[in-house]
Amino acid sequence: MQYLILGAGPAGVNAAESLRRLDRGATIRIVGDEPEPPYSRMAIPYLLMDRIEERGTHLRERGDHFDAMGIDIVRARAERIDSAAHRVVLDNGEALRYDKLLIATGSSPVLPPIPGIDGPNVATCWTLADARVIHDRAQPGSHVALIGAGFIGSIILEALGMRGVKLSVIEQSERMVPRMMGPHAGGLLQRWCESKGVDVHTGAGVDGIDAGGVHLTDGSHIDADLVISATGVRSNIGFLDGSGVTVEQGVLIDRYFQTSATDIYAAGDVAQGLDFCTGEYAVHAIQPTAADHGHLAAQNMSGSPALYEGSMNMNVLDTLGLLSCSFGSWRGVEGGEHAELYSPDDYRYLLLQFDDDRLIGANAVGLSQHVGILRGLIQRRTSLGEWKGRLQRDPTRLMEAYMATTQVI
Amino acid sequence: MAWTRKILRVDLSAGTCIPEALNMAWANEYLGQRGLATKYLAEEIDPTCDPLGPENKMIMATGPLTGTMASTGGRYSVITKSPLTGLVACSNSGGFIGAEMKNAGWDMIIFEGKAPEPVYLYVENDKAELRSAADLWGKSVWEADELLHKKHQDAQLRIACIGRSAEAGCLYAAVINDLHRAAGRSGVGTVMASKNLKAVAVRGTLGVGNIDDPKAFMDAVNAGKQVLAENAVTGQGLPTYGTQVLMNVINGMGAMPTRNMREVQFEGAENISGEAMHEPRASDGKPNLTTNAGCFGCTIACGRISTVDKGHFSVKNKPEYWGNSGGLEYEAAWALGSDTGVDDLDALTYVNFLCNEDGIDPISFGATVAAAMELYQAGAITRETTGGIDLSFGGADALVKMAELTATGEGFGKDLGLGSKRLCEKYGMPELSMTVKNQEFPAYDPRGIQGMGLAYATSNRGACHLRGYTVASEVLGIPFKTDPLVTDGKAELVKAFQDATAAVDSSGLCVFTTFAWSMENIAPQVDGACEGDWNVDRMLEVGERIWNLERDFNMRAGMTADQDTLPKRLLKEAANVGPAQGRVNDLDKMLPEYYELRGWTPEGQIKPETLNRLGLG
Amino acid sequence: MHRALHIDPGKCTGCLQCEMACSYENEGIFNPSKSRIKVFTFHEEGQFAPYTCTQCAEAWCQKACPVDAIQIDANTGAKVVVEARCVGCKVCTIACPFGTVNYSSATGKVIKCDLCGGDPACAKACPTAAITYIDADWTGLDKMRAYAGQSLAGTA
Repeated sequence: MQYLILGAGPAGVNAAESLRRLDRGATIRIVGDEPEPPYSRMAIPYLLMDRIEERGTHLRERGDHFDAMGIDIVRARAERIDSAAHRVVLDNGEALRYDKLLIATGSSPVLPPIPGIDGPNVATCWTLADARVIHDRAQPGSHVALIGAGFIGSIILEALGMRGVKLSVIEQSERMVPRMMGPHAGGLLQRWCESKGVDVHTGAGVDGIDAGGVHLTDGSHIDADLVISATGVRSNIGFLDGSGVTVEQGVLIDRYFQTSATDIYAAGDVAQGLDFCTGEYAVHAIQPTAADHGHLAAQNMSGSPALYEGSMNMNVLDTLGLLSCSFGSWRGVEGGEHAELYSPDDYRYLLLQFDDDRLIGANAVGLSQHVGILRGLIQRRTSLGEWKGRLQRDPTRLMEAYMATTQVI
Repeated sequence: MAWTRKILRVDLSAGTCIPEALNMAWANEYLGQRGLATKYLAEEIDPTCDPLGPENKMIMATGPLTGTMASTGGRYSVITKSPLTGLVACSNSGGFIGAEMKNAGWDMIIFEGKAPEPVYLYVENDKAELRSAADLWGKSVWEADELLHKKHQDAQLRIACIGRSAEAGCLYAAVINDLHRAAGRSGVGTVMASKNLKAVAVRGTLGVGNIDDPKAFMDAVNAGKQVLAENAVTGQGLPTYGTQVLMNVINGMGAMPTRNMREVQFEGAENISGEAMHEPRASDGKPNLTTNAGCFGCTIACGRISTVDKGHFSVKNKPEYWGNSGGLEYEAAWALGSDTGVDDLDALTYVNFLCNEDGIDPISFGATVAAAMELYQAGAITRETTGGIDLSFGGADALVKMAELTATGEGFGKDLGLGSKRLCEKYGMPELSMTVKNQEFPAYDPRGIQGMGLAYATSNRGACHLRGYTVASEVLGIPFKTDPLVTDGKAELVKAFQDATAAVDSSGLCVFTTFAWSMENIAPQVDGACEGDWNVDRMLEVGERIWNLERDFNMRAGMTADQDTLPKRLLKEAANVGPAQGRVNDLDKMLPEYYELRGWTPEGQIKPETLNRLGLG
Repeated sequence: MHRALHIDPGKCTGCLQCEMACSYENEGIFNPSKSRIKVFTFHEEGQFAPYTCTQCAEAWCQKACPVDAIQIDANTGAKVVVEARCVGCKVCTIACPFGTVNYSSATGKVIKCDLCGGDPACAKACPTAAITYIDADWTGLDKMRAYAGQSLAGTA
């Protein structure tokens, strides 16, 4: 059996390892187009903070890990898939045959169409190569403008803040992390960042970048030695044209991780799979989904079908010391109820969304302990019973509600 | 070490919270908590000051073992000048806030002045600030506790709070922490209210370290835990029955003060005993007691968690009282029950809930109701005074109504908030007040337990069992058995208990450990934690120093030695039944010897050489 | 045979000796906020319940970790945070549906129960045997295990 995996990120690597455990004799290859050993983009901010060295970003600690597991890593980029022939053509001219193929090519930053975005003073923050550039240029005291204060922008914000640069953040939306949290929470993050000396512009458009910095649509100008664009990412699906693999936002997969093409599966940031909360199909470009996808896709590829329950959108952020997190349908659903606590003096916020007596989504700012139970309650579709009312009265009793409804007490 | 060496000084008038270094010279002489805070108080306030004026101060103090793994090492005390007694007040409480203070990095918090508007103190590690309590004032402890947890969105926040009784001026209002633990006696909550301070909310995540000799400390701690586990009282009696283990014992020996201490045995004792709390109720088949509970670090866990029967008259249609909360301990069961002649366990439990919810000392409250009942029987007060309520002894519904009125200071509840002494004076029969130095008695009749008479008469905070618990020896045989009906040797016994207790109260440990622990078990724990050599002798000397410091403060506050006495009833009216039948308390046989042992003059003044010997000169 | 922590909430008195023992063992300081085991109080119900990682077979934390910083202790089966690897990204804290991995801002790393290498301090400190360390088969944690085993996939 020949397994071929396109992409050396967490989805691809987890899939490869699971396949090895499931099938000792198979040939397992990962195709990755970056020169470094498989690494985690999640770790890049900590590299920028000088908390770790580059090897600290590696997905696996031991240098000989993949050799020891009998997983080949091929340095190349997939150019196209010949699904009829079960072959993938690489940019080095070679072609690799497969019995089962996993598309785990991840996503890439989208550059907004702004004059000057291709200038030499503009960087993205996605790869280790990007990180080296930023590490080199974002020196303490230099002025950096960060375009985009979504989840990824905010993670970079933390790293830049810790590097001691003079930082301006420009977000087109009315608040920070608009797709992760609501106005109260986003507002707290903004005020917190401002209190830490970060210059935050929300509801601000950029209409040009020049050597001196960024021009905003309101006519103002922000000085910057370095401009970092973090306005969003898009699934890497361009190479799939003509492959017979159906794509929308990402590669559409069914609940067994299969694409529209026979023997081709997809996982991670590139996959548009079942959303546990909404029942729709969506791209959840987050680490836990990539990892879960990788493991379960492998199981399905190996011939033991496992029906996927769907991924939950969730994120955790540390914004210069202020923790926040978001789970599931935090915007709520029609007919659902919610419980909310807003303590601006203490930079705390808690929002619980219910559908009937089940938790379906949550936002929290300043919550640092036992955060994972929010996932647990949502994912288990726990019937909260009388605890729903208690939570509506006092949402801080979350842990009690969790224990009372899920544990042996 | 073990001290954080930091205290927080909160000037309520100025609205400032300023850290300062702990006076380590004093810490070496007074250890912590009760002793050390009393030293600060004695140095910083005029003993003659108005206890409810801004010149009084209130100190929340931990001991060096508070917040450590030493069993029961979670105690803190509230030290101030009492509005009930006019003397030094030191009320000790368990729960969790003491350890939380320590985890936040503070040995003590000193409150001074008076806030112009209601405030609460919020402490998160080294951050401390006063915030408006406009929305908390007028709320019960339980309501305020929930509001504060929600406001700070922190389920782990530990809160000490006063209730509406304190706001209404009840002179024996308590500071309640963790919903149902109380710094209960002497009106420390009233002082807090007088400062417009509604609550103290603490979150500490720094930890308690600075252990001088960690290995020696942990060895001593583990040895101590073992002793507690193997001792019949701390290992079995207290966890199973709580302090209520005493109800039937004390009643049996004819030392159960009953109906305002007119009698010494209560016919209904069994119904309100620790054993009764385990019995399934007829109505719903559930026992009163749900479980026992430990305070921070406590391996005894004498705390009671109870419910009131949903169908009981006191809570009918009040679902907010149907859940579990802090149940009856012996002193409360006695004061609310035996002393008022009420033997309805659910009624007492409900009243105990109210005492916690609105910050009332149940001992002083129950004893004051008992005095009111005797006044009522004597005709000194009537239905007109009580708002139409029949205040006869034994009336459970009357007791419940009195508690509800006292909780909010309405109607006759305002009078009850005066305490037994002032109430009896107001209605012209001061002799009916069962108090020493204006503080109501606890649950051991000194006619049946002679040593307790001396302990009450000489207690530095008025009648109190926790200043020298000779019951341990006279009833339980700890550390050795003495005959409760003889007076010989009791002066020495009382002094020894008083000094040892003062030291324990200054360490961060609970005095209940001394059912099993002697100073031989305690000193090594203090010694392991704290720098310097803390042997048994030094601990006892610290205890004696504290006792004399308190006495000195009281004398400077205007107390006189002729207040070292008991109500005439206990000295003249003999016990009517039981083993002590025919006996009064023979205080006069013990007091002169006690003064002498203390190094005081026959007139009860501390001799200069005693002051000098203890470094108090 | 691996052993596991067995928790009997009915015996717990809420004294927090376990939390202090845990923090003292792992941090060298008495600090319940740094404990890997936490006792929760159910005030209205009059119950206490110690709570910590069950070292579940699914190992959500381990799978979610992007940098291989959660590894299995071969002796105990515990999922252990390798401090030198942990970058503090907190993904495991949201991935663990039991909420038993917590972030420590003091160290910038996550902390979780590691069974103290096979001699759990919490169990030793517990005065009422509410926490014991016994053969995994006898832990009676079937309910939790079943939940832990409820993977993201059902069986087709």
